[in-house]
Amino acid sequence: MSAAAVPLWAALPAALLLVCGGLLTLIGSLGLLRFETFYARLHAPTLGTTLGAGCVLLASILVSSVLAQRPVLHEVLITVCLVMTSPITTMLLMRAALFRSQD
Amino acid sequence: MNVILSWAIDFALLCFSLAMLCALVRLLRGPTPQDRVLAVDTLYISGMLTVLTLGIRFGSMIYFDIALLMALFGFVSSAALAKFLLRGEVIEP
Repeated sequence: MSAAAVPLWAALPAALLLVCGGLLTLIGSLGLLRFETFYARLHAPTLGTTLGAGCVLLASILVSSVLAQRPVLHEVLITVCLVMTSPITTMLLMRAALFRSQD
Repeated sequence: MNVILSWAIDFALLCFSLAMLCALVRLLRGPTPQDRVLAVDTLYISGMLTVLTLGIRFGSMIYFDIALLMALFGFVSSAALAKFLLRGEVIEP
C-alpha cells in the first residue's frame, strides 16, 4: 500500500489531476458515442488522448517522485510516444474516410 | 490525506471504465469500419490510462512498462488498420 505514504501537499494536486483526467477521458468517449457523423466523432476522443493522458501522467510523475524522494521522469516517455503517434493515427483515419467516401 | 488520493484513484478508475464501455458500444454499433478503428483507438488509450492509475495505486514500476507496451502496440495496430482501410494492403510491395 504505497498511496498511504504520500503527504498532503502532493496528494491534493495528484488527486485533482486524476479527477480531471478521468472526467476528460469520459467526456471524450461520450462524444465518440453521441456525435452524428464520423468527422465529428473523429475529434472527440483526442480530448482524452492529449489532455486526459497528460493529466494522469503528471499525477503519476508527481506521486512516484514523492515516493522515491528524487525526480522520476520516465513517464515522459509515454507522453512523447502519445504526442507523436496520436496525430498520425487520426490523420490516417481521416484520409481513409475521405478515400472511402469518394466511391 | 490518503483518503483523498484513494478516492480520486477510485473515481478515475470508474471514469475510465465508463469510457471503455462507451468505446465498446461504438465498436459494436459503428456504421463504418473507420468508426470501429477509432473505437479501438479510444479503447486502448483508456486501458493504458487504467493501467497507469493502477500503477499509482500500487506504487509498482511494472505497470509503467505495461502502459508503454500498450501505447506502442496500440499505435502499431491502429496505424496498420487505418492503412489497410486506406490502401487495401498494410505493407505495399
